[in-house]
Amino acid sequence: MTTQQPTAAQPHAETTQQPTAAQPHAETIELERAVVKHWKAPVSYAVLTLVALVLFVVASRDGSTTLRLASVGDFVALPDAVLPVRATGIVVVVLLAALTAVSTWLVATVRKQGFWLPLAFGVLFVVAFLVWAGADKMIPIPGLLFATVGLSVPLIFGAMGGVISERAGVVNIAIEAQLLSGAFSGAVIASSTGSAVLGILGAMLAGVLVSMVLAVFAIRYFVEQVIVGVVLNVLVVGLTNFLYSSVLTANPALNSPDRLPRIPIPGIETIPIIGPALFEHTVIVYAMFIIVPVIAWGLFKTTWGLRLRAIGEHPLAADTVGIKVNRLRFWNVALAGAVAGLGGAYFTLDTTGAFNREMTAGLGYIALAAVIFGQWHPLKATAAALLFGFASALQQTLGAIGSPVPSEFMLMLPYVITLLAVAGFIGQSRAPAASGKPYIKQ
Amino acid sequence: MNETPRDADDPIEPHAPQRPGGSPDSGAAPTAVHAPAEAEVQVAAPVAPTDDRTADVDDPWGSAFRRIMGGNLVMAVLAILTSLVVGGILIAATDERVQETAGYFFARPGDMLSAVWTAVSGAYLALFQGAVLNFAAADRGFIYLIKPLTDTLNFATPLIAAGLGVALAFRVGLFNIGGRGQMLWAAAASAWVGFAFQMPPILHVIVAILVGIAAGAIWAGIAGALKAYTGAHEVISTIMLNFVAFWFITWMLRTPGLLQNPGGNNPISPPMPETAILPSIFGPPFVLHWGFLLSVLAVIVCAWLINRSNLGFQFRAVGYNASAALNAGMNVKRLTVYAMLLSGAFMGLAGAQQVTGAVTTGFTAGIDAGIGFDAITVALLGGSTPWGTFFAGLLFGAFKAGGFRMQAAEGVPVDIILVVQSFIVLFIAAPPLVRAMFGLPQPGRKSRRQRRDEAALAAMTQQKGAQS
Repeated sequence: MTTQQPTAAQPHAETTQQPTAAQPHAETIELERAVVKHWKAPVSYAVLTLVALVLFVVASRDGSTTLRLASVGDFVALPDAVLPVRATGIVVVVLLAALTAVSTWLVATVRKQGFWLPLAFGVLFVVAFLVWAGADKMIPIPGLLFATVGLSVPLIFGAMGGVISERAGVVNIAIEAQLLSGAFSGAVIASSTGSAVLGILGAMLAGVLVSMVLAVFAIRYFVEQVIVGVVLNVLVVGLTNFLYSSVLTANPALNSPDRLPRIPIPGIETIPIIGPALFEHTVIVYAMFIIVPVIAWGLFKTTWGLRLRAIGEHPLAADTVGIKVNRLRFWNVALAGAVAGLGGAYFTLDTTGAFNREMTAGLGYIALAAVIFGQWHPLKATAAALLFGFASALQQTLGAIGSPVPSEFMLMLPYVITLLAVAGFIGQSRAPAASGKPYIKQ
Repeated sequence: MNETPRDADDPIEPHAPQRPGGSPDSGAAPTAVHAPAEAEVQVAAPVAPTDDRTADVDDPWGSAFRRIMGGNLVMAVLAILTSLVVGGILIAATDERVQETAGYFFARPGDMLSAVWTAVSGAYLALFQGAVLNFAAADRGFIYLIKPLTDTLNFATPLIAAGLGVALAFRVGLFNIGGRGQMLWAAAASAWVGFAFQMPPILHVIVAILVGIAAGAIWAGIAGALKAYTGAHEVISTIMLNFVAFWFITWMLRTPGLLQNPGGNNPISPPMPETAILPSIFGPPFVLHWGFLLSVLAVIVCAWLINRSNLGFQFRAVGYNASAALNAGMNVKRLTVYAMLLSGAFMGLAGAQQVTGAVTTGFTAGIDAGIGFDAITVALLGGSTPWGTFFAGLLFGAFKAGGFRMQAAEGVPVDIILVVQSFIVLFIAAPPLVRAMFGLPQPGRKSRRQRRDEAALAAMTQQKGAQS
């Protein structure tokens, strides 16, 4: 992410001032470094602090909130945390104000803002929100985190598919199609063969097929990639709905895969809070734990990753050094489809155990949002997907205990955050330079 | 290599009907739908045959044949036919009788072939009867014979309006994928004007539609402003705005005092009063309402706007080359906002038509009925021109009207229409693929005779060179 090529999408890029030399024939040209201060971050923090002030202090509620930290089977039983709503709100707002001040100071003195600052800000805000929203109620934290991981899994797989494809220079709007086709094919193949492993492979294959259509049209026929992606989403919705109505409803045996077993990892699953959230899942989720770091490592530490990023940033340069740009793009888009298709298998082989019409319900678009909010970086995109998963888990939890905030606003959150991100109010979003542009060999 | 050579006579007029698939290319905005220079040259050829005049002299008929067969209309027809074939294969493959007979295909192939024929022809006949002329009801009178045709126009009404929105944005090099959100806001605003105010009959529906148009324009304008002033890509922002609108409208629909029908518990708005409903053009049993004429009017306005107005000229300039437009003194940022506003206005018209014409008994968050996405396919099929969009909208309206009859009469799920539509757009967007499938001449590639002649000429000159 350190390439210097400015794009139209990022007008606030750090710029280097042109020397305003009076004499064009000066012997040495000294480049002045113009210091561009990004005031967006402190401004965003200030706005959020104000929101927190209004919500948690002015509109504070009485009583206290119980955060349950223990779950059955922990090796130590943590006590419940009982937090008074009003006092927590005041403390958090003071801390948020302090973080805003720190951020302002960092910008004023042209220092780097570490990743800890937004993280701390976010965690504090979320805790205060939880305490505020759950006044006089009990919020089970382990359950919330377990749901977060569960709801994030397809998002993370989808986002990994998006990261690989877009890093290779092919815009992947078709994540939704890859997830949905994976879910369908996983259910049908696992049901008809009776083997969940084959189901998973079938899901990956379906994702690959969707990807290959995208790749052929984008790379071979230079069709605008956004259009292919959107059309593929519609196509797969139509195709799976059609086959569901005409085949699966008549033959329920084709749509009753055995769900994958949950395999608790002995020992570490008894760690309080994170144990049940992370280590009581199916093999698909454990595969995700491996795939994400492998992609992150591969992308930045291997030849494959270097080439992948090269063809996505500057395909002409990559071609010049002998990389087969279009062939590499094709296979990497196919790989992206396999990863996203695996995420699709999660719907039918893990959570529900049967295929349903349009069961991905727009999650592919949230995965796309995670790719962008995660700045096309595997780990950041995973964090973004977890954040979005958390928002939707929170919406479920609050819906169960009776939330003061309409659930629709929680569901809206990922999209609003992404809008703010692409508009540059949160973080910086800059796509790989050649993403979306077909490479036509001269 | 994004710059595509165009005919020299008219650098700005795109010969719009010849553009086979959507967005004009531009520097900052997404690149052309299909970028290869060769395709563009051929596509423009019927209007200004400057590029292969020599070929005309040698081989006038062959060259004319190539130009016609390489043309956009033929591509569209072939794309539609191929897609119907794909749909037919799916219908046949999922038909129970076909599956039964396939078991003994080698013993009695005739059984399976006849089963395939029955399934596919039955489905497409039902499609035709549901979309154009209903022979089955001909004995009940002329009205019932042509009623499907008016149903088609009825389904086409919002598709045309929304398609214009996408097409207009395409011409400025923008993708408006936010039809869903814009239509939802427009529908909400129109419905609100409808049930919350009392006005005289004709005025009421006009005000409702105008407010709807404004709402759609504003929601799209947000994406335009984000694009112009922060650089946020409009594809991402419109997708995100779709979901924001969906959840917001859902919330308003289930919240008493906002859009929810008083006294009810369902997330649905109150029904529209008589004064705020677009009346039927021909009266019952026809459902076709005056909204269709509004769509026709919108096509005329859009055609004038794009092809004749000062603003449209600037739009097209930005669409072709944003940096050139900037250098020519155009305010690209402001034009981007205007383009999205106008695009959203057409989407808004579609949303307003939905609540004032199609669904007047109260709307839900599904009022957009996928039209916002269908509009993309309509605009692409229509080559991003107003009249092209009109006819593409009619075709897709026919698919919709016929699809429901096909489902009812033949048990073929209506979702097959989505599949056929998607294939049409994929084929339309990739003319080389269609040409390859039908063995049509690829543009830019010379005819076999020309190639033979040239090879011979080259061989001769080589020989001469070797001799001397």
